[in-house]
Amino acid sequence: MMGTRAILFEAPGAFTMEQQQRIWALIEHAEKRPDIQELVPGVTNLLLIFTHAPEDPEQITDWLHNAWESLPPRQITGRLFEVNVRYGGSLGEDLAAVSAHTGLPPEEVIRLHHEGEYTVCAVGSAPGFGYLHGLNPRIATPRKSVPSLNMPAGTVTIGGMQAGISALTGPNGWNSIGYTDICLFDPYRSSPSLFALGDRIRFCPESIEL
Amino acid sequence: MITILETAPLNTIQDQGRPGYRNLGVGSSGVMDSLALEIGNILLGNAPEAACIELQTYPFVIRFDTPTSFAITGIEATLTLDDRPVLTWSVETAAPGQVLRVGIPKTGARAYICVEGGIDVPVVLGSRSTQLRGGFGGMDGRFLEAGDELATKPASASLSGYGAVPPARVLENQSGDGKTVLLRAVPGADYARFTPESRERFWDQGWRITPQSNRVGYRLSGTPLTLLERIELRSYGIIPGIVQVPPAGEPIVQLADANTAGGYPRIATVIEADLWRLSQARIGTSIRFVECSHKTGIAAQQPIDSYLDDLRLMVAHYRASCQSRNGTNSRGTA
Repeated sequence: MMGTRAILFEAPGAFTMEQQQRIWALIEHAEKRPDIQELVPGVTNLLLIFTHAPEDPEQITDWLHNAWESLPPRQITGRLFEVNVRYGGSLGEDLAAVSAHTGLPPEEVIRLHHEGEYTVCAVGSAPGFGYLHGLNPRIATPRKSVPSLNMPAGTVTIGGMQAGISALTGPNGWNSIGYTDICLFDPYRSSPSLFALGDRIRFCPESIEL
Repeated sequence: MITILETAPLNTIQDQGRPGYRNLGVGSSGVMDSLALEIGNILLGNAPEAACIELQTYPFVIRFDTPTSFAITGIEATLTLDDRPVLTWSVETAAPGQVLRVGIPKTGARAYICVEGGIDVPVVLGSRSTQLRGGFGGMDGRFLEAGDELATKPASASLSGYGAVPPARVLENQSGDGKTVLLRAVPGADYARFTPESRERFWDQGWRITPQSNRVGYRLSGTPLTLLERIELRSYGIIPGIVQVPPAGEPIVQLADANTAGGYPRIATVIEADLWRLSQARIGTSIRFVECSHKTGIAAQQPIDSYLDDLRLMVAHYRASCQSRNGTNSRGTA
């Protein structure tokens, strides 16, 4: 339980696409419950917020465990986005740190980053921010101990095993390696968030500045 | 209409929040003290979703450009309408041109200027609340500024002279020494991952609210808490009231403007029924967490619900008798 009105379901095991697809299956299943106010997917977890505090949370946790064991992973064929990136330079200033951490030259970090195909696992944290699966483990780099105070929206980032594009300008602890000028969130669009669960992202180098 | 004559930063338009968009990364926003807004809206006969002005900095001065019924809830402070003192937690009707001044609170931190019909700003993603990080909702997604004009509904009748007993006086106040704010909390998912001494200290120690506390969250100071071993969590959805412990060991209580996801270990969650007390606790105040079960957490809502039911009944009677005395109905026609 998280307080009296929310339950966080956390999947056991590693951060794999299959575990994430089982979380997606759980979302679809939980949407049918009449007592749900919001379903918030995270990285291999799902927060269920109820309209009223459930009297018997154990009944719900049993229901969740049963659903988790019985539901097949849910495939979502999302849209494919090709995102142009200006790698390096002042808007990708942590490229050197990623290079130092991984022991790979910056050119190799960029190659491994743009060769991958990424999947939007969850949208959250800030409006429109997508948690991306698919980072090559060779360029995984821990979050910075001292966050950047004012990282611009559109910064292409690495945070541990997760990849992302910052959605808002502000403090950010992930490593910046480049920049793109797509708009991830507009509250006045019919679908405010550009990315949805299951969308696939490819990064294309527009320029490289080392 | 209302014109803002004087304001410091941090004051915004808020309503009861924007549920339903956390899966797009959009947090709830909304008033920090939802009980105070609910009381204001009941006093004025408003729909529960009506929006208000939330004040965090003072003094705040506005001019009513049309006849407006209003109530200020959340705090105790000196209020003047032109030069006449008016009461907090009470309904008054201002004539066009009258100036309302809200002084520095004597008790409480956040004031709610509620007006009949609510503050009319465009609804964005189902709410009028200001989403500061996203830059939308409320007044263009920003803090209020002097010169801002806010649309309101003209008063339907000249209501005044009734109010609510502030909830802090009615609802069981648990604090023993009268200074420490007690907050009931349910242990969180990572509770057992803290050392036994830290678990004990979490409940026993008074935590001070630091100046780095705002609508996003309250950062607390005290002897740091330690984990049995370092853990790296995957990002998970959070709700207001969750108490997280960053690596430095001093807890943060996430609140209305928090991100929708976090990654720090979770030691506990403050129950919803006590969040209004926290949002009225000022910087420097000492708070203590009181361990509470799921059942107690649910039961804690009951006294608040009865208080609100009584208030609804009283207000309905009062408004009916006021209107028959004035020879007006709720639409303000004879």
